[in-house]
Amino acid sequence: MALLSKKDTSLILDPLADNNPITIQVLGICSALAITAELKASLVMALAVVFVLGLGNVVISLMRNIIPSKIRIIVQLIVVAALVIIVDQVLKAYQYELSKTLAVFVGLIITNCIIMGRFEAFALANGPWRSFLDGIGNALGYGVILIIVGFFRELLGSGTLFGIPVLGDPIAKTGLYATGYENNGFMIIPPAALIVVGIIIWVQRSRNPALVEEN
Amino acid sequence: MSDKRLTFKKRLHIIKHHYRGKKMAPAFNALHTFLFTPDETTHNGSHVRAADDLKRTMNTVIMALVPVLLFSMFNAGYQHYSAINGFPQDFSVMEHFLTWDNFWIGIVKVLPLVVVSYGIGLLVEFIFAVIKGHEVEEGYLVTGMLVPLIVPIDTPLWMLAVAVVFGVVIGKEVFGGTGMNILNPALTIRAFLFFAYPTWMSGDKVWVHGAVERAQEIADGANVDAISGETVLGFLAQNKGAEMSYSMWDAFWGFIPGSVGETPTFLILLGGLFLIFSKIASWRIMVSAVLGSLVMGLFFNQVVEWGWIGESSSFYGLMSFDFWKHLLVGGLAFGIVYMATDPVTGAQTNRGKWIYGFLIGFMSVMIRVFNPAYPEGVFLAILLMNVFAPTIDHYVIRGNVKRRMKRLKNATLLPKDSDQEAKELKAETV
Repeated sequence: MALLSKKDTSLILDPLADNNPITIQVLGICSALAITAELKASLVMALAVVFVLGLGNVVISLMRNIIPSKIRIIVQLIVVAALVIIVDQVLKAYQYELSKTLAVFVGLIITNCIIMGRFEAFALANGPWRSFLDGIGNALGYGVILIIVGFFRELLGSGTLFGIPVLGDPIAKTGLYATGYENNGFMIIPPAALIVVGIIIWVQRSRNPALVEEN
Repeated sequence: MSDKRLTFKKRLHIIKHHYRGKKMAPAFNALHTFLFTPDETTHNGSHVRAADDLKRTMNTVIMALVPVLLFSMFNAGYQHYSAINGFPQDFSVMEHFLTWDNFWIGIVKVLPLVVVSYGIGLLVEFIFAVIKGHEVEEGYLVTGMLVPLIVPIDTPLWMLAVAVVFGVVIGKEVFGGTGMNILNPALTIRAFLFFAYPTWMSGDKVWVHGAVERAQEIADGANVDAISGETVLGFLAQNKGAEMSYSMWDAFWGFIPGSVGETPTFLILLGGLFLIFSKIASWRIMVSAVLGSLVMGLFFNQVVEWGWIGESSSFYGLMSFDFWKHLLVGGLAFGIVYMATDPVTGAQTNRGKWIYGFLIGFMSVMIRVFNPAYPEGVFLAILLMNVFAPTIDHYVIRGNVKRRMKRLKNATLLPKDSDQEAKELKAETV
């Protein structure tokens, strides 16, 4: 017996491409714009969301039969808040510099539409194991886009990856910089992330025209 | 023996027929219609016969830009040599300006910008035409000429190429190509360059060829006596207007440093008149933009007069600059004549054009005065108003509808007490 049935596999794989929360559902854009100037921050943000959404989906799914539907949003918020605070405290304890870069955006995971969306749309109606897979899948789909955007923005904007210079030294003019290349300051500012996300959406939809919405 | 052109035309024609329906067809069609009048006519339906298609319209604008380009090639050399040797005493145009040495700098520095701008831009257009399977659009003809004229002369060519790709793809093609774009592509390219490579786009060194390297040599200890090449607005923004050696006549004729083609106000004025008389560009936008900048300039002058701003303020230099002089320096004249009047991105209604133009002039001068990092705001003002142009048009049209409704209501045609009828009519009109 396989670990995951075919249906369960699609729970994880679908959000990675054809039902991606960012490029198809266009959710969670705010944090994708704000923290993707560096690859490291993107990666940590992605991991944080994987943790919060995976665990949150399980908790909500376990409680789904005892949550009164009138106050379910409040209950969901409390669950996310608790998980986000754990992430925030761990970051502050072990990655203080990074937590300063991410600043308020870790706290704002609470407002990330993807999380409440998955709670409402999936965890409230499915068992814990499937909810867990769904949470991990969607968070990974979110994280993949974050990492792609972060990769291009950091590489083109600062000439580094994970803070390590890969194109040479811009001040001493070594490597690529010796040929007159310069970092693109536009990639550092948030509008660039909007354009990179836009280009990803464009490429994805022209490769798979079935994803294009009807007007 | 007929002349050579005919055979060339014929050959093109044969190639075109050979490739009809194939993927590369748009590329040949574009070349063909660019060089020759198409020999095809519409076969059915009524049609208007007019001499000006999109290509001729674009060519008219390019004609209006040619004098500016030629002047800028001479000015490139003039600024370069003046920065090294000092400005000539008893300046004469023939002796100091229209010289072969000056023009050579223009050929070496300005022409490559033009070539790269056109080459890369048209390449992107051709690629998109082939992918999307439609005819190549003429939209880039004017953009390609505007771009080299609005960048600093020493802009590295690869930066220009990157910006042109960005501007044409993100500024135009994603919206559906020529005629569908929201933002002026040339200004999108300029804005991209400004935000991506700010050190090459602003400051006191970039406006004169060679000034950046000279500054480096001086920093390394070379004993070079040179003028920095600061623009008029640059001087004013630092409250150093008194140190400036340019007169307002220099600014009017264009013998000042600045982006490649923005300086010759006189030639831009001629180009503007040419565009107005050939009915290519809207005189309403031009006049109202001039008015807008004058009003804003007057207001700032008045603020200084009232004593709200002292000489110690960092805004003093630009605020006390006589209001009419704003039109002579920087890119304001160039922007008003060639950019604001872009028929695609500007307002379409007549009343809308007045509002749109006025706000462009108004904002340009305002951004100039208040922007601490960059003493020029024309491209930002025009891009901002590009975004608002559809909104302006929308409200102008709504206003028209409302006024007509009122007129209808008051007309004897409709009995005043028949509310039902008026309501129906309103529902129809709205």
